[in-house]
Amino acid sequence: MVDVSGIVALFQGDRQADRVVPPSGFTARLTSFTAGAMAFLTVFALALSLATGRLADRWNAELARTSTVRISAPEGQMAAQSEAVLNVLRTTQGIKTARVMGDKEQRKLLEPWFGPDLPLDSLPIPRLIEVIETDDGPDNESLRLRLSAEAPGAVLDDHTRWRRPLVQAAGRIRLMGLLSILLIAGSTAAMITLAAQSALAANGQVITVLRLIGARDVYIARAFVRRFTVRAFMGALVGTLLAMVATYFLPAAAEEGAFLTGLGFRGAHWLLPLLIPPMAAIVAFWATRLAAFRVLKRLM
Amino acid sequence: MIELKNAAFSYGGRDILMDMDLRLAPGSFHFLTGPSGSGKTTLMKLCYKALQPTTGLMRIFEQDVRAMDRDDVARVRRRIGVVHQDCQFLDHLNVAENVTLPVQVSERDEEIDEAHLMDLLGWVGLADHYDAMPAELSGGERQRAALARAVIMSPDLIIADEPTGNVDWEMAQRLLSLLIELNKMGKTILLATHDLNLIRTAKQQVAARVLRIQDHRVVLAGADL
Ligand SMILES: Nc1ncnc2c1ncn2[C@@H]1O[C@H](COP(=O)(O)OP(=O)(O)OP(=O)(O)O)[C@@H](O)[C@H]1O
Ligand SMILES: [Mg+2]
Repeated sequence: MVDVSGIVALFQGDRQADRVVPPSGFTARLTSFTAGAMAFLTVFALALSLATGRLADRWNAELARTSTVRISAPEGQMAAQSEAVLNVLRTTQGIKTARVMGDKEQRKLLEPWFGPDLPLDSLPIPRLIEVIETDDGPDNESLRLRLSAEAPGAVLDDHTRWRRPLVQAAGRIRLMGLLSILLIAGSTAAMITLAAQSALAANGQVITVLRLIGARDVYIARAFVRRFTVRAFMGALVGTLLAMVATYFLPAAAEEGAFLTGLGFRGAHWLLPLLIPPMAAIVAFWATRLAAFRVLKRLM
Repeated sequence: MIELKNAAFSYGGRDILMDMDLRLAPGSFHFLTGPSGSGKTTLMKLCYKALQPTTGLMRIFEQDVRAMDRDDVARVRRRIGVVHQDCQFLDHLNVAENVTLPVQVSERDEEIDEAHLMDLLGWVGLADHYDAMPAELSGGERQRAALARAVIMSPDLIIADEPTGNVDWEMAQRLLSLLIELNKMGKTILLATHDLNLIRTAKQQVAARVLRIQDHRVVLAGADL
């Protein structure tokens, strides 16, 4: 669908043919600037999308493989119910290990909420069983049914309750990033269309002369298209490189991978922004081509 | 080359040319005269399809003008060299670039022959103005440059609208002899002029016919010319 050979030919294009259209400094600079600014924004939208993607994947992976069973039972039944739960878990497909958390561990978990002096012994604290799942994980629904049959005080918490909105939010942000890229491409096309249109309209006399000596419309259009495509490419290249440098110098991701510090590119993803200048060229190519043929058709 | 049958042209209801029956045979040499405002330029514009007859039939190179699309028009114009009355240059290109523009836009894969270009510019007396911009040329120099541009592609038909209007008699003769040379090579020539001396001079060298526009009609002028 995309005529890449035509665009390649544009860059090789003969300088002489370029000259039939008078240089128009202002629209030229405007086009380069627009392409550059848009490329700059695209790099950040791309970085945002990729970073949220990474984050969502990690949350999914980390949270999906653990769950907790919480047992609330009167003092006397706690040991029996714990044993029953462990039994159920041991005989369930998709569970790697299950173990009762020690008092110390539980105390550590609760410490941020209740402080270090928590009198665990005198409080009716539920017992926690940490479950590590296999990659496939258990069928949580049937596990719940079996647990409630064997140990009425046991509740399975598979973390989906609080994981889901986080992952959803991450997915939504990624979608918005991609949408922004599309919107940026659309605005670039719109602005280049306007610039090309005004350049063509301002050169009515040139077009008349070229036609009088036998230039076909494709020839005239190509002269304009070549200019705008090359300018958009150059502008986008500068914008992309600047944005990549800016991204590179963002603070590095912290150990915990806090969201804001994780913004940026990793590994092969650094190659993705390099697609932006060719994309800008393709957008400019089609925007100018369509605008040129539209104006030429109208100009008698 | 050019054929008009019962054709007429009017500008928004105002009749300019009527009852035109005309044939420019290949290799012929025609002068076109008539009072100012009689429609010489208009007839020439019809011939390179800048205008189209309001009624009647017109063929350029055996093609009905009404059946031509834009690309057909471009192809036809590449076979016609035109000296426009108002010259029509690209003001941002120098003389040499303007003169070679038809080669440029023809999308032929040929290089511009510098020797041929210098020859041609020499012939029209513009060798020293190779680098000049159109705005720096006098009226006569512009016309000479326009003539050079009209013939550079060695077109089948050359249409010149008063190409000697602003040059002295010596230069006029020189330009005329260029056109006569081209006619002897088989090119068809249509040349508008008010200059009866020029017509007389030409008739001594080639079998030229003289068309005159009179009362909106194109007539063949008598032998007195
Ligand atoms: N674009 C136009 N719209 C309306 N009328 C026009 C237009 N161009 C020319 N005319 C009219 O058509 C008539 C013929 O004009 P044309 O230019 O063909 O004359 P001409 O014979 O070439 O004159 P000249 O010898 O002065 O060059 C004139 O009366 C002119 O006013
Ligand atoms: Mg005239």
